[in-house]
Amino acid sequence: MLYALKIAWRYLTANKVQTGLLVAGVAVGVFVFIFISALIGGLGTYLVQRTVGNISHVTISAPDEEMSVLPDSAAEMLVVRQANRADREILRNAEAFIPLLEGLTSVAAVSPQIVGNGFAVRGQLRAPVAVTGVAPDKVSAIADLDSALVAGNTLLTNASVVIGASLAEDLNIGVGQVLRLQSDRGMERPLVVAGIFAIGVEALDARSAFVSTATARFLFEIEQGLSRMEIKLDDLNAADTIARRIAGITGLEAIPWTAGNSQLLEGLRAQSSSGDLIKAFALITIVIGVASALLLSTYRRRPEIGIMRAMGASQLFVVAVFVIQGALIGILGACIGAGLGYLALSPFPVPENAAPGGLPVDVRQGAFGLAIVLTAIGAVLASILPARSAARVDPVSVIGQ
Amino acid sequence: MSPFLEVTDLFKTYGEGETATPVLKGLSLTLAQGERAALLGPSGSGKSTLLTILGTLMQPTSGRHVMLGEDLTRASDRARTEFRNRHIGFVFQFHHLLPDFTALENVVFPSAVAAGRETASARHRGTELLARVGLSNRVNFRATQLSGGQKQRVAIARALMNRPELILADEPTGNLDRESAKQVMDLITEINREERTTFLISTHDDNIAQACGRQIRVLDGRTIVDGQ
Repeated sequence: MLYALKIAWRYLTANKVQTGLLVAGVAVGVFVFIFISALIGGLGTYLVQRTVGNISHVTISAPDEEMSVLPDSAAEMLVVRQANRADREILRNAEAFIPLLEGLTSVAAVSPQIVGNGFAVRGQLRAPVAVTGVAPDKVSAIADLDSALVAGNTLLTNASVVIGASLAEDLNIGVGQVLRLQSDRGMERPLVVAGIFAIGVEALDARSAFVSTATARFLFEIEQGLSRMEIKLDDLNAADTIARRIAGITGLEAIPWTAGNSQLLEGLRAQSSSGDLIKAFALITIVIGVASALLLSTYRRRPEIGIMRAMGASQLFVVAVFVIQGALIGILGACIGAGLGYLALSPFPVPENAAPGGLPVDVRQGAFGLAIVLTAIGAVLASILPARSAARVDPVSVIGQ
Repeated sequence: MSPFLEVTDLFKTYGEGETATPVLKGLSLTLAQGERAALLGPSGSGKSTLLTILGTLMQPTSGRHVMLGEDLTRASDRARTEFRNRHIGFVFQFHHLLPDFTALENVVFPSAVAAGRETASARHRGTELLARVGLSNRVNFRATQLSGGQKQRVAIARALMNRPELILADEPTGNLDRESAKQVMDLITEINREERTTFLISTHDDNIAQACGRQIRVLDGRTIVDGQ
């Protein structure tokens, strides 16, 4: 094998220009593979980050009340009580789980909330709002309101509210001015606008109002317990696993963000499939390139192959010489392509920090190892046909020339 | 005791059916160890076919081929390749060196391909053989940098590398000038005498034939004259 390696290397270095072009071709294919991996992966991360980065990744909510069957006492009549949908479901003892949840791996923040619907009223102007009552230090725990502030601040008191920019526009209100929040329970409280944010998600910017927990408890008449707990994760992709784990630990219903975003996930899957197809074509191009170049080499070196066979080289030895050439071309081209890919992708910021409109490539998702391994395997497979062709060269036909 | 090399009633036909072309038609021949024999005959008489069969590069259509007591007639490609590497050397009219390799690497090839690597002892023997054929100052020259006579002497050194019992030479001087041809034949004679290596030399040159101890004339696929 060592001697076959020497001959393979000698053949490759004998024609440096041809070998250089071949290796460059493989390197370009690997570069495309890595770039597409980084682009598709980065685009996915960017989309997910932009779409669900400012919402809860796992939400613990109170289970809906199930209809129940009254006890069958005399076996004569069954009475079913209808679930009362008007009753507000409350997580009664969930606050006890907060330290436990905050200690879980991958959990970045836990935000206990009181939520409800109502109207924001200013003079004759009136707009429906989704009111979220949060602890003052958790205002930006889920949606990063601090970064999205366009005016004021997020320092919540029992007499202040933070609203979205579209809602402020609808109500024609600014920071320091007062609006009245009316809840669907008929409660009402005047609040000073402390801050205005523009996250870029219309549903939040036009319909959200953040108040303190105490204010929310007053508006929605919830003296104890929570409406829900929102959890933000470091790793968005771990949401399903973490949700199952939380449900197992707490016995509460934990819903990952993926449950409500099936269309986004389908889109990402389709995007990933498109990327796989492009990568497959890049690999096929590499295989065809290596195979055709080695077939040409086999034809050009027929006399030498015949002489080697006449001198006692086995068919297996000849196969080894050409397969090793394929492997060397593949590994060399793959390493160069991977190196170039890394150099080209490294200057780009990761998608989490990418500026809007920038190229969301993610060097971490370049699949460098996979590209090198698949290219090496592809090049070896590509060399088998030329190698077998070489091994079948009849030394007699060559010696006679 | 069986002879060193024996072929009996050898037939070789190229093609099949209407295109069948018989080349050897019942040829029989024996060679003793240490002989230096010339194989003579016009073009198309079957000399080259006989050499390729004796060199285990091709199998006869029928007949028997035995060398060193081993029946090679129907041996597998692998067995014939190993046998050829160990026991047979070749010198061709057109030297057939590997162009991307140095003189020493060409000489060492038969040993390296059997061992799987170039050993130090093989390189030492290769250097000695190149010195013996008068090329000690061309050891690291590429084949493409050598003259025709030098290439043929490298080919002879390569044929001797694995200490084969038989060397088959097909017009070894046919492509050389008179002076180079004489050097090559002197070398063959010297090796034959000193190492008792058996030579079978296909040639059209009567001078070379006379320099051999035995002349075997082939005509129309049969041996017609075999004498001292």
